[in-house]
Amino acid sequence: MDRTRTVASNAAGLTKAEYGGTPSTLCVGCGHNSIANQIIQVAFELSLKPHEIVKLSGIGCSSKSPAYFLGMSHGFNALHGRMPAVGSGALMGNHTLRAIGVSGDGDTGSIGMGQFKHMLRRNVRMVYLVENNGVYGLTKGQFSATADEGLDLKYAGHNDLPAIDLCLEAIAAGCGFVARSFAGDAKQVRELLKAALSHRGTAFLDIISPCVAFNNDDLSPKSYAYGRDRKSPLQELGWIPKAEEIVLEQGDPGGLSVVELHDGSRLKLRRVEADFDPTDRNASVQRLMVAAQKQEFITGLIHYDPSRPSFAEAARLPEAPLAALPDDRLRPPPEALEGVLQRYR
Amino acid sequence: MMTRPSRTASAAGESGKEPIIVVNDLALVVATVNGTGSQTANTALLRSFFSMGIPVHGKNIFPSNIQGLPTWFHIRVDKDGYIARRDPTMLVAYNAQTIDADLRALPKGGVAVVNGDLAPSVQRDDLITYEVPVKELLRATDQKGKLRDYAANMTYVGVLAHLLDVPLAVVEEALAVHFGRRQKLVDLNMVVIRASHEWAVAELEKRDPYRVEPMDATDGLILMTGNEAGALGSVFGGVTVAPWYPITPSTSFIDALREYLRELRQKEDGERSYTVVQSEDELSAIGMVLGAGFAGARALTATSGPGLSLMTEFAGLGYFAEIPGVIWDVQRVGPSTGLPTRTSQGDLAFAYTLGHGDTKHIVLLPSSIEECFEFGWRSLDLADQAQTPVFVLSDLDLGMNTWMGRSFTYPDAPMERGKVMNEEEVAEHGFGRYVDRDGDGITYRTLPGNPNPASAYFTRGTGHNANAVYSERAEDWLENTERLSRKFDTIRELVPASEVDVAPGATVGVIAFGTTRYAIEEARDRLAKRGIHFSTLRLKALPLRPDVRSFVEAHDRVVVVEMNRDAQLAGILRAELPDLAPRIDSVAYLDGMPFTAPFVEERLTPFLMRVAAEVA
Repeated sequence: MDRTRTVASNAAGLTKAEYGGTPSTLCVGCGHNSIANQIIQVAFELSLKPHEIVKLSGIGCSSKSPAYFLGMSHGFNALHGRMPAVGSGALMGNHTLRAIGVSGDGDTGSIGMGQFKHMLRRNVRMVYLVENNGVYGLTKGQFSATADEGLDLKYAGHNDLPAIDLCLEAIAAGCGFVARSFAGDAKQVRELLKAALSHRGTAFLDIISPCVAFNNDDLSPKSYAYGRDRKSPLQELGWIPKAEEIVLEQGDPGGLSVVELHDGSRLKLRRVEADFDPTDRNASVQRLMVAAQKQEFITGLIHYDPSRPSFAEAARLPEAPLAALPDDRLRPPPEALEGVLQRYR
Repeated sequence: MMTRPSRTASAAGESGKEPIIVVNDLALVVATVNGTGSQTANTALLRSFFSMGIPVHGKNIFPSNIQGLPTWFHIRVDKDGYIARRDPTMLVAYNAQTIDADLRALPKGGVAVVNGDLAPSVQRDDLITYEVPVKELLRATDQKGKLRDYAANMTYVGVLAHLLDVPLAVVEEALAVHFGRRQKLVDLNMVVIRASHEWAVAELEKRDPYRVEPMDATDGLILMTGNEAGALGSVFGGVTVAPWYPITPSTSFIDALREYLRELRQKEDGERSYTVVQSEDELSAIGMVLGAGFAGARALTATSGPGLSLMTEFAGLGYFAEIPGVIWDVQRVGPSTGLPTRTSQGDLAFAYTLGHGDTKHIVLLPSSIEECFEFGWRSLDLADQAQTPVFVLSDLDLGMNTWMGRSFTYPDAPMERGKVMNEEEVAEHGFGRYVDRDGDGITYRTLPGNPNPASAYFTRGTGHNANAVYSERAEDWLENTERLSRKFDTIRELVPASEVDVAPGATVGVIAFGTTRYAIEEARDRLAKRGIHFSTLRLKALPLRPDVRSFVEAHDRVVVVEMNRDAQLAGILRAELPDLAPRIDSVAYLDGMPFTAPFVEERLTPFLMRVAAEVA
């Protein structure tokens, strides 16, 4: 080994390897591993401080993956479908953390649907990732609620139930950042992750992440081949840090728009579909409905609305985390007790 | 108390004999319709007695309904301070639907103040009956529209003030307290109360023996509900995160909590050192509690039986992943939806082992508003100290009814935050989440946000080794679960000790917890007058401290008295003190109503007699 070679470190003084976790125990080729790798890459590129991040997950293959990235961040592998509650609580206790929540389509779309939607209503600061493969992996291949209607699988048989569109559910619940991507499109996943991490409320990313064991037949809309061939990006995305100028390239103006993110960074959208505006909630819903009807695999930023206050703002929390407040902010003095009791004499 | 008349009062009595007067010894029940504002009238009466210095307690026996169903308010006035439920001897019959049954339930010689506009089919000439012309009084005072129903209940306040000898100024002050000094509301009600009082003075001949006289037995005491007291204690315990889902009878806990927090912990600019969040269900509520506990916040939720059932899986996670949090369970009657507005001690065994697998929890058992306050702050300390969920089992009777209590004692020790390592401590000692460095089973934790990279760990409900890394190894499982047992033994020393009262020479001991104490204490004194004595141990917490074993060992026979069908505490004691099991007997009963002293006396007597016979 060449000892004179130095490994590149970022502004936080960390190497990319230091953003890694324990080795993955998921299947070789699992889409979830690719997503974990993009999280590591993004955290490195953004020079995130690991202690400012908290990782959360529910139960399932996807929910194991927080062990495989950001090993220097605290994490909480919760109950099946209950990550939203645990994540909400953690962010109430310490709203200065940025949360990365990893869930699956079963964890979110079935057992956790209620918690998912109510967490979005509260708008805590979390990047909520669904690693969506349409099947239950650990229990060996049953359909999940996002499985495509009409799909035939070896173990699960024929699915005659309509698929739940999690992006549609997220918009309906008031989520201000809704995107869909494909685990095989690493660049888009990274740009969306960066933008999502810049959002002060809940940012929802529905990432189609093929299950190589149970749902990767070329004809399945959640397979690698299908995603590679059929994905239809709404925009080309480029996340731009706060300090950096936006350079307009030739031919940009017509199809380019820029959205301001909460932390001062921006997301550059080079529109592929020129007349789709993700900041128009009705348009977002309609685009999803049309995509479902036409069986289009649209990806990119589907809805963006930064106007709703985050939980911490709405709850009027102090600057310091509730968990870090000193005793004298939490326990009123004896006179205060006496004052209350006076009314009960 | 039977006494000679102290003045020439109009009183009933057989002709030729001196009339009997019963002072400050009254069991009154007010039967009204739910949702008609009778709570104001009843609270005013209760507070009037209290401010006259007479020991008093009120129990609202209410339906699961917003408006229209029957409700009964029991008020017990007792110069000796006994406040257990007592079968009423005096009735206010203002509910057409129940008037017959209510009249039938009175004992011979009982007193009935009846709404004269109602037409009961039950006629009893062994009662002393007063009819109040309610409609006429309302007409005379010009009560109209919606307020009319509310005002109707004020008529019995005025009549009782006369019959029982409560000064109107006292009633007015009680109303002023009730309405937070909004004089307009006080005046509106006082018009009717005065008119009714005047009518009673002019028209009613006092024929019953009951009346009240000022005492000084409530000096320095307060009147509060257990839910208010628990909420206030939690505020002084530094609670910061309180997610919850509405459920009777715990809702008023959170209502009170939010009020106290707003008053005491919100800055003028609106900034709050807390957050109270109504969640989508109880699963979410306890999930948020554990999330907040993991992040280092002091978190609680309040619920009742059905909510507790939903919390089961998270409770197991909290135990196994070792996360602090406090769950108030204000018990009502189960199983299932059960009797949502009746009291019970039926969740004890369930809460103690809530969760699948080998799960054990700390359970605190308050019996009074003082203990609700104390356990309010202490539970948060205990949760942080022991890094585990703490269940506080109150009940509907304690939580929702108004009780007298001593002024609360300010927490006598600084907040206990438990074994939390900061950045430097991790650097100095190293860190493994479940490494038992102190040998007491309680390990050190770090909080998210700790900048030391070595402080990070992955909390999980799956099998883990001492470093919180996933493990399916049998040795890791055993090491961890045995340490958890060790930790539970440490906890025994941390939970509140039992209140033990040993009667010299007594061979029988009674073990109980929570609000049954009032009936038991009264029964104990009644039996003592008959020369029969027993010792008492009032359990304040699970797991059991050694004081319970000592108590059982010191008595030939122990009777466990509890308000459930299946003798849950007796079962726990028999299982945990197997060598002493043969001497543990049980009185377990549940019908939704709080115990009375005569009931306890009757149920205990066979045990006391049997042992007396054995000893003889």
